[in-house]
Formats: sequence, structure tokens, C-alpha cells
Amino acid sequence: MRALIRIAITGAVLLAILALQLAVQAAFTEYVQRIVLLAGINVILAVGLNLINGTTGQFSIGHAGFMAVGAYGAAFVGVKLATPVHAALGPGVLADALIFNLALLAGALFAGVSGLIVGMPSLRLRGDYLAVVTLGFGEIIRILFNNATFLGSATGYFGDDPSGLPAYTNFFWVFAWAVAIIAVTHNLTFSQTGRSLTAIREDEIAAEAMATPTTRLKVTAFAISAATAGIAGGLFAHMQAGVRPEDFRFEKSIDMIVMIIVGGLGSISGAILGGIFVAVSLELMRDLQQYRLVLYALLLIVIMIVRPEGVLGTRELHHLFRRKKPAPPSPPSATPTEGA
Amino acid sequence: MSLLELRAVDKIFGGLHAVRGVSFGVEKGSIFGLIGPNGAGKTTLFNVITGVYTPEHGEIRFAGENIAGLKPAVIAERGVARTFQNIRIFRTMTVAENVMVAGHHLHKASIASAVLRTRAYERDETALAKRAHELLEILGLAELAGEVAGSLPYGSQRRLEIARGLMLSPQLLLLDEPAAGMNSQEARTLNEQIRFLRDQLGLTVILVEHNMAVVMNVCETIHVVDHGETIAQGTPAEIKTHPRVLAAYLGEETPEGADLA
Amino acid sequence: MTQFFQQIINGLSLGSIYALIALGYTMVYGILKLINFAHGEVFMVGAYTGFYAAGALGVAGFEARNQGFPLYLALLVLIIAMAAAALLGMTIEFLAYRPVRSAPRLTPLITAIGVSLFLQNAGMLLFSPNPQRYPAILSEVRFEVFGVIVTNIKLTIFAVALCLMLGLHLFVQKTWTGRAMRALSFNIDAAKLMGIDTNRVIRSTFAIGSGLAAAGGILFGLDQITINPLMGVLTGLKAFVAAVLGGIGSIPGAVVGGLLIGLAEQLTAGYLSPEYRDAITFLILILILLLKPEGLLGIVRVEKV
Repeated sequence: MRALIRIAITGAVLLAILALQLAVQAAFTEYVQRIVLLAGINVILAVGLNLINGTTGQFSIGHAGFMAVGAYGAAFVGVKLATPVHAALGPGVLADALIFNLALLAGALFAGVSGLIVGMPSLRLRGDYLAVVTLGFGEIIRILFNNATFLGSATGYFGDDPSGLPAYTNFFWVFAWAVAIIAVTHNLTFSQTGRSLTAIREDEIAAEAMATPTTRLKVTAFAISAATAGIAGGLFAHMQAGVRPEDFRFEKSIDMIVMIIVGGLGSISGAILGGIFVAVSLELMRDLQQYRLVLYALLLIVIMIVRPEGVLGTRELHHLFRRKKPAPPSPPSATPTEGA
Repeated sequence: MSLLELRAVDKIFGGLHAVRGVSFGVEKGSIFGLIGPNGAGKTTLFNVITGVYTPEHGEIRFAGENIAGLKPAVIAERGVARTFQNIRIFRTMTVAENVMVAGHHLHKASIASAVLRTRAYERDETALAKRAHELLEILGLAELAGEVAGSLPYGSQRRLEIARGLMLSPQLLLLDEPAAGMNSQEARTLNEQIRFLRDQLGLTVILVEHNMAVVMNVCETIHVVDHGETIAQGTPAEIKTHPRVLAAYLGEETPEGADLA
Repeated sequence: MTQFFQQIINGLSLGSIYALIALGYTMVYGILKLINFAHGEVFMVGAYTGFYAAGALGVAGFEARNQGFPLYLALLVLIIAMAAAALLGMTIEFLAYRPVRSAPRLTPLITAIGVSLFLQNAGMLLFSPNPQRYPAILSEVRFEVFGVIVTNIKLTIFAVALCLMLGLHLFVQKTWTGRAMRALSFNIDAAKLMGIDTNRVIRSTFAIGSGLAAAGGILFGLDQITINPLMGVLTGLKAFVAAVLGGIGSIPGAVVGGLLIGLAEQLTAGYLSPEYRDAITFLILILILLLKPEGLLGIVRVEKV
């Protein structure tokens, strides 16, 4: 019964997203639609990165590397799957949907595995050392793609078709995946696992003393976070004609960090807000194209000095609407533990 | 029967020999005191017992097995809980959440079931929350369950650390300076609490403490270290007037009839 | 074999430049435990200041007349650039780092990244994003020694770097401020309690580190011929890796690390492939942090529980 209700809700949500897609396509120009898509992809990036940087407090600043792995992985698998799937199912929406989602999952898997490879040795390090190592790994991943001839090297990977990669990415898929990832992350964060991750952030030594398997959890969170960046990468790849290494430079990792910082490190709603904010503000600043990045950098500095916790800090949007708890009555002295 | 036994434990940090050949046994169900002047190596011993540091030499036998060099999480799971000298609670989490973190052994559901919110997962969560609430009741923190831990007064934070440790269902509880910052009234209450933990919950307690009113009152055996070495062990009455102990605390020129309490 | 020695010479001169920049990273980290991401941009500004100063002092005229740029003017260019960079370094410290000095470690890290981005993009606006040819503050003279080509520029790099490093060493060992810097790197709170004006010492540290980076910038320009506003990004990162390799917080470590990175880069470019010259530095970074995070000459710190 429970399962049926859940399937029904999922179906309803998907229908709602479909309806929303039709509305967006009708109401907005191509230009605005692209921004909406980018905002959605950003949300996925931000929510995923927030799991490791925010909730678990392990700072990774090279996440663009995982996005790249997902992008290339999804693009490559998608291209290779196209022929057999179309042969079996014929052309059309169903075949495309199957290819696309399998490709995205493949990209996520590759990204997750690279997250494991990077995370396992690195997560022994603390604080800024961890940050720098992840930066190093992010750059190495990019350099590897830059030199991978079978993936097009610096020019990029455009698949086998001269017109480039199929444009699978649309509002429906971006938002369906975004909703899925938000749901998964939310359930994870508000569970014993999430409590353990937060404990690791707050005080890793105390967490260990309370029997928390810190290494296993850190690496798992890191891998999940890498996998979500991979999904975002796959979605991003199929909005472009091809996947190029220069889309995944350090600046991209910085974008992701700005998203979660602006929203509030450790808050899922904050990450969502931050993702949208970055997509929108980068576009708004497009007129000030030259000054765009200067302003962006200034924004980062000012936020750090004035309000480092971002908009929401570690709280979620629904916390703001929670009623204040009434003050507890003074406890009567009954057990021997009162009086301190 | 010794629940915990240290045999010739050495801990060296670079040039500093922090613990030298320390040996003692802690009887099951006893309240054992570990005292010594500042820098004597008491907290280092706690850290070695709980796996934060690995001793260079020696054995640490807990319930018969050598735990020296095991990771802290493993040792905690076997039943050794501790509090910290400088309180280490999870400041941004609520009081209840702080305690629930330690409930891993009650929570068998996997990450996947957490994501999917299966029935098994929700059963575990309920059990966890219930047990946490019971422990908060015992420590008098039940009304503060939803408060953010960092906002609690100092004494309550110390009690929270104990509640959190109890969530591990430990056999052995290590308390690192639980009386720090307490006045004499609070210290008396602490003595009652420690006895309660032993009498009602069947715990064996080891106490590192400077407050002699607490130590002499509540401990059955006291082990004294100075500069990393054992200098005495005995009952409170013996330790109070032990010449080497007095010399360590009060200096060589100790007047006649002096005692430590 | 001569190829090998050629690479060694090139590697050591590149490494000396990295060492000069690495010193700034290591000194700031030693005291503030902060990775000054903006330091690479200070290096860039130093190079550009040298560029404009030489221009203002008429280097073009000397070049046109095929005369060498006078030594005293070259030194003046160096001094101007070092002073300008020192000023920039102190300003960054005051405006961006001091307000967040007591914040959790993450905040200053992100602030530093912000400052770095700001300066890179401001540089592109102010200095033009196109690469510029570096003026001939020194006209190149080539020698051949046993088949290895050595230029006076390489020799100048060694000489200048050596002098500056010796100067720094004497400063840190013999002067009051230098000793204070060492005290702060051991325990900043204790230093404060001893009555040391920590703000002043920190300012001086930034000033000195920035000045050294500027010298590195000019030498880099002379050696590599072109400069661009993003030159600080990669070079800064490599110099940072050098500091980590040598042991972050250790001044001799920064020198050793710089030379080693320079050598590794040159040898990789020469014997493996120029494509991977940058990757080798990242590889070294990862290896050192995973195998010996305190670096070659650094000390292991045990966390107090």
C-alpha cells in the first residue's frame, strides 16, 4: 500500500514537471529557457557539493573534475548506445529517453568511481590541505581529458555525428533529476547517516569516539557528491554540441563553491537558492561582460567578510517558519541528577 | 576481574616521553581515579586507551582482549565511552541529535533504506529517538532535547557529553575532568551522579580529576601519575597522605601532617 | 648528456623563480595558517609594474639604439616593482584577510580565492588580456659552456635570487622583526602575550613575501619573454606546490621545493612531453600530501585532543 502511494506521488510529480515544462516553453524565450536549464543544472551541482562540503565539512574545491568525468562519460556512452537502442526500439521519444538516462547513469557511475579514487587517499587530510589536494586532482582530470585523443583532446568530444551531440537535455529531464537528487539528499541528510556526517563536520574526533565510522562515511559522501556532479555534467553535455575540457576549469569549481556559500554552507535549501542565484546573476552580469568576473570575485570577498554563513547558514527554509519552542518550566527536583 | 588492564604502556611524542611504563587494573564495577599534577599524562592515557594514540609499547586489555592500536570507533563500539577535557559536543546539532549520533549499534538500516525511508528504517529511528530520550531523562536534560547544543550552559553540556557516551551502551566510562568549573555544591551532585551510573547502570568508571573533593569521595582506588610515571596506587586514605604524592603536588618541602584532600 | 645539463640549468633557473614566490606562501602560511591564493597575482602585478616602470624609464629608446639598459635603471625598476608589490600585499592583508583572521579556517581560504580572482580579472581589464613582450631590461648574451647554452639572464636569475634569499635569511635570523616572525609562526597567541605587535609583524611578512614575488615576476618576464594577466595562476600554483613540497612554513623548504619543482618541470618537458609539464607539478602535490604532508623539511604536528 505504502509503495503504491509513493509510486502515485512520483507519477504526479513527474506530470507536474511535464506541465511546468510546457508552461516554460510557451512563456519564455529561448534565451531565458537556457538560463532556466542552467539554473536547474546548478541546483544539482550545488545540492551535491553541499553534501560533502557543507553537511560533512570536508572541503573539496576541485569538483569540476567530477562534472567533467560525468559529462564525457555520459556523452560517450550515449553516442555508443544510440545505434543499438534505436535498432531495437526505433527512433523516437522512448528510445531517446532510455539512451539519455542510461548515459546519465553511466556518467554518474564513472564520476562516483573517480570520487572514490580521489576521496579514499585524500580524506585523511584536514582542512586546507584537503582543499588543495582536491584542486590538484581536479586539474589533473582536466589535463587528462585535454590530452585524451579518443575524446577529442582540447577541441572536445562531439560524438560520431558531425552535427554534434544529440540535444537530449530539456526542462523535463533537468528538473526531474533535480527533484530526485534533492529528495535523495534530503532523506540522506535528515537521517542517522546525515547526523553522523554533521557530527564529523562538527568534531571528527568526538564522532570517532562515539563509534562513527568516519572514514567510510566521508568517502561515501564524497563519492555520492561526485556522482551528482556527474549527472549535472551529463545534463550539461547534452545542451552543448560537444564536451570541451575548458568548460571544466578551476573557475567552474569556484562557481560551485559560490553557489553553496551564498546559500549557506550545510543547507539544502541554501544550495538550491545559491544555484539559481549564480545562474541568474552570471546572466544578468552578461551586459557588464568585462566586469562580470571582477564583480563576482568582489561579491565573494564581501560575503566572506560581512556574512560568511550565507543566506541561510546551516538552516533550511522550513526552519524559518517553525514556531519558537516555549521556554521549559523549571524542573522539579526528583532524580539525583537535578541541581547542577 | 579486571575489566581494563594496562601493562607497561609507553607513549612517546617525538622527544617527549609522555607515558612511561604505566600499569594498572580496573576492577569491573569499580570507580577508579586517575590523578596527578598538570602535564602528568592523564589525558594522554585516556587517549591511548580510547585509541586516539597508539602506544609505542605495552598492552591495553579490555574484557580480556588487547585493544592497543585499534581505531577509536572500533574501541567505542566494544564498549568504551569517554568524555573530553575540553567539551566536544556537536554544537550546531540539537541535544537529542547529539545523543542519537552515538546510536549506531541500534541503527542497522543501510544508507539506501534511509534514502528510500523504508519501514525498517523508520522503526530504527523511532527506537533510537526513544533510547536517546531515556538517557536524557536520566541526566536531567529531557526538556532541553530540542535545544541547540551550543546554547546550553556549561554544566548541561558536560552532562550531555555523558548522555551521549551512555548511548553507546558501554561497559566502561572514562570521564575527563567532569568537575572542571564546578562549585562544591555541583561537585557533590556530580558524586551522586557518578555513583548512580555505577549502581543503577552497572558501569565501570575511570575518572581523571583535579578536584580532590570529588576524587577522594567517590573513587575506590586511585592511581597517581607524575611526568608520565606511576608514583602510587591505593585507597583514598592511603593516597591522601602518601609522601611521594604530596611531593608531586605540593613540592618537596611538604610540612608534617599535610594531606591532599 | 648536454641535453641533460641544459635541462638542469633551465630547471634551476625556473626553480629559483618558483623559490622566490614560494617564500611568500610559506612565510604567510607559517604565521597565519592561510594559503594566500592571491600571492600568484602579486607576482603578476610585480611583473607588470616592472614592465611599465621600464617603459617609463625609456627602455624602448635604449633598445632602439641597440644600447644596453643601464644597470642602475634596471635596479631602479626592480626596486619600484618590489615596493609596489609590497604595498599591494599589505593592502590585501589589511582589507581582505585581517577582517576574517579569527574566522574558521574555511572563510579566509575562500576570501583568498576571491582576492585572487579579483586581481586576475582586474588585471585583464587594466593591463589588456593580450600577452605583452617583456622589455629588454637586460639584453641577452649567450655563452656556451661544454655545449650547454647559458645566458646572462639565467645567471642574473641565479644571482638575484641568491642575494634575495640570503638577505631574507639574514633578516629572519638577525633582525628583531625577523625573530618576531619566527615567534609568530610557532605560537601566535603566545607572541601576542609577549607584547609583540602581531599586526605589524604580519604586515611586514606580507610586504617581504610580496616584494620577493615581484622580483620573481621581473625575472620571469626576462626569462619567458611574454607576460599576461593570468600568468600568476599556474605559476602561483606551482610555487605553492613548491612550498608544500619543501615543508610549508619552512623557509629553506621553500627554496628546496622551488628548485625541485623547477627541475621536475623542465625534465618532464624535455624527456616526457611538454604537454605534461604542468601535470607533473599536480602529481607531485598529490604525492607529497598523501605520503608526507609535512613536506621534506617540515615538522609533523600532532593534534592535541
